Amino acid sequence: MSAVGHYLEQAGIPTVQISLIREHTEALSAPRALWVPFMLGRPLGAPNDVNFQTRVLKSALDLITRLDGPVLEDFQEEAPPDSLEASASGLVCPISFPKLITEGSMSLRIAHEIEQLQAWHTLSLYARKKSKLGITGRTPSELGAFLASWLDSYPMELKTELELEPFMAVKFAADELKIFYYEAKAMQPSRHSAKSIEMWFWFETTAGDLLIKLREKFARDGDPAFAGLAALSLVPRTILTKLSETR
Amino acid sequence: MVRLADLPEHEREHHLARIPLMPTFPKVALVPGVALSKRRVALITTAGLHLRGEKPYNGSASGYEYRVIPAETPEKDLVMSHASVNFDRTGFLADVNVVFPLDRLKELVLKKVVGSVARFHYSFMGATWPVTNYENTVRALATLLKQDKVDAVFLSPV
Repeated sequence: MSAVGHYLEQAGIPTVQISLIREHTEALSAPRALWVPFMLGRPLGAPNDVNFQTRVLKSALDLITRLDGPVLEDFQEEAPPDSLEASASGLVCPISFPKLITEGSMSLRIAHEIEQLQAWHTLSLYARKKSKLGITGRTPSELGAFLASWLDSYPMELKTELELEPFMAVKFAADELKIFYYEAKAMQPSRHSAKSIEMWFWFETTAGDLLIKLREKFARDGDPAFAGLAALSLVPRTILTKLSETR
Repeated sequence: MVRLADLPEHEREHHLARIPLMPTFPKVALVPGVALSKRRVALITTAGLHLRGEKPYNGSASGYEYRVIPAETPEKDLVMSHASVNFDRTGFLADVNVVFPLDRLKELVLKKVVGSVARFHYSFMGATWPVTNYENTVRALATLLKQDKVDAVFLSPV
């Protein structure tokens, strides 16, 4: 981000940025930056907190007239605790929230899990009036079947209009299926945080188990594109570390 | 939370290892301008956002390609296709503004804190290395921003 700031300033356009990793911003001498003590992925700090987001944005924009750069100021507030749960007033999901299925083939387990979560996801659409699905154009069931097939000898093709290379199809299918799970999970009556949802997905769902197994397979198989996917873009580093500690 | 001291050791080492490899940018005078209440502000994020139906980001083109986000884009039409799995997405799923604060910017204009909202905003997919990959694309983007009379850019990473 700091590099973008430099190139825009060199072209005559004033910039101010949010800094998430202060040490990086400092090393790159970003023109103007407001460091914030928030988790990666949340430069404005708190979802659905208008006042908090406004304070962050205003604090950053107030630096735009500074000419004594590089400017690197610290935002003084911590992000408030997470409350990611959503509710659809008056509506109750008729299906129990699924527990981890441990018996049967991967394709059957994932199909069953997605089917059970579908009602929760539909409730999420009522509650949030939106969904962030829609990248590949395929349904969660199709994505699950596609991903499970990659554990077999004859993987399926993901039919989309995107002309994706196979490893990118796996990548987008995995990310989109995860969105479906995350959105459905937020509807389960409980208090949810980024951490609790992530831990649930990776350690208590068949989908998490599937992605971990796919990563192991791709790392073994030797195809460079899939090996790259396995190394960097399928399972978070924090989860890999936890797995290595528990095995 | 992203104080490196608070991160697990492997994460801290990952981020610290990048610092010696970073380029040195020449110190240049920062661009002056009018008061914030008269500025026209554009948002640029590296969150890998785009409109639903547009082609997702190709990892190998990271830093070289961007997507245009018109100011009137409803939140429900924005999706994310970022290669990295190492940042939180639950916040984005609940509220795009935690990554791309277009609604907050519009509110600041209504309150006359900011002059106006740019006609177009932009997203890259970050995670590009080296960061100098951005240079040519951002210089070309600067021309578009100037055509839109933008005189302040708010940059948000993930």
